[in-house]
Amino acid sequence: MTLETVELLVNGDRYRVTIDPRRSLAEVLREDLRLTGTKVGCNHGDCGACTVLLEGRPVCSCLLLAVEADGRPVTTIEGLAATPKDLHPVQKSFAERGAVQCGFCTSGMILSSVHLLEQTPEPDDLTIRRGLSGNLCRCTGYTKIVDAVRTAAAMPRRAEDR
Amino acid sequence: MPSMTPFAHHRPATLDDALALMALHGPDARVIAGGTDLVPRLRSGAASAAHLVSVGRIAELSRIAFDPETGLVIGAGARLADVGRHPEVQSRYGALADALSVMATVQIRTMGTVAGNLANGSPCADTASPLLVHEARVELARQGSRREVALEAFFRGPREVDLDPAEVLVAIHVPTPAPGARSVYLRMSARSRVDMAAAGAAALLVLDSKGRVERARLALTAVAPTPLRCPDAEALLAGQEPTADRLAKAAAACAAAARPIDDVRATAVYRRHVVGVLARRALERCVAGAKGGAR
Repeated sequence: MTLETVELLVNGDRYRVTIDPRRSLAEVLREDLRLTGTKVGCNHGDCGACTVLLEGRPVCSCLLLAVEADGRPVTTIEGLAATPKDLHPVQKSFAERGAVQCGFCTSGMILSSVHLLEQTPEPDDLTIRRGLSGNLCRCTGYTKIVDAVRTAAAMPRRAEDR
Repeated sequence: MPSMTPFAHHRPATLDDALALMALHGPDARVIAGGTDLVPRLRSGAASAAHLVSVGRIAELSRIAFDPETGLVIGAGARLADVGRHPEVQSRYGALADALSVMATVQIRTMGTVAGNLANGSPCADTASPLLVHEARVELARQGSRREVALEAFFRGPREVDLDPAEVLVAIHVPTPAPGARSVYLRMSARSRVDMAAAGAAALLVLDSKGRVERARLALTAVAPTPLRCPDAEALLAGQEPTADRLAKAAAACAAAARPIDDVRATAVYRRHVVGVLARRALERCVAGAKGGAR
């Protein structure tokens, strides 16, 4: 088996890792970079728990081979807020609206929501539901999740969060 | 991870380099674009490869371009999401835009490509029927030569396409639709978006100045070993007034042409029934659109 060395650009940090090319980005994020905020649910690209932003767009990191992310910027839940002490407005809104139950889907939900709000700053509920259709919550807390995204959309935001 | 057999992962920067790798490794190599289908298949053992040749970094393959003379070109690296929001796709290739808005999830549409959707050879590929009614052709390249194949002839069976081991599907070419053409794609699945289609139907209609059908194209998803064109149903419409009765007859011919199977997503009986309903509704929407209403 051949190992490959790639450069991962995660949350603005540069990591050089030597990995088995069969490994997913989700595995490498969690096991090698210790960024365990990214969750693996179904490992089939259905549930969205593993969602990260690749070049600013949501992808299932369980389906993405880590080598495919070589040199391409990745944002995980750990990198969303401006500083480790802050919360991103969408994170804040999820906390305030009680949109977190077990928390397993939350990272992916928030990253999908951030992308949705970038695409559609003032979404109606149908647009929110469609934008999150690739993220499953098995606590069935969808109502509060939609509330949280609607609330985040109404929040004044700093330019760097958009 | 590794129930999959080991592979080397290549990330060529140019198409020439990719074709050289495919020529070198032949049957041991697979092209990877979005990987949303291939990666699960490698994991389950349904597919294997000693070499993966990634086409995601090849700039010339990511193009989505429209020219009224030559039509639409969708490069092999073009993402489903980007094709779906292209203004010319939305305005001229309605059935394709429909498919790209209803299939999969935001994440999968960001990763996956139209070329991959076709090259997988799945009968339930949502982009296939829309591209069949728009009479798309696929451009296949190998080191030193290129050829074009009508999409209809590209599909040979479940997971079987007219693509040699050293070849790469580099682009999809879709002619400019006739002025006034309308196309619609409808699909049905048990769980909506996330699930694959249990059945789908694409229709394209062009009406003449008297409101009669000048051109009709119909194609079906997930009801046969391949995505299926329905020439018999099309012939029932050609030159005719698109009355409700006439559309129903054509839709019934679609249902009759289907060769569905029972599987986890639907029974054969249900598929045959619902594909006829979808074909009729798609035709009705085309007629409404062609007569000046919204698509």
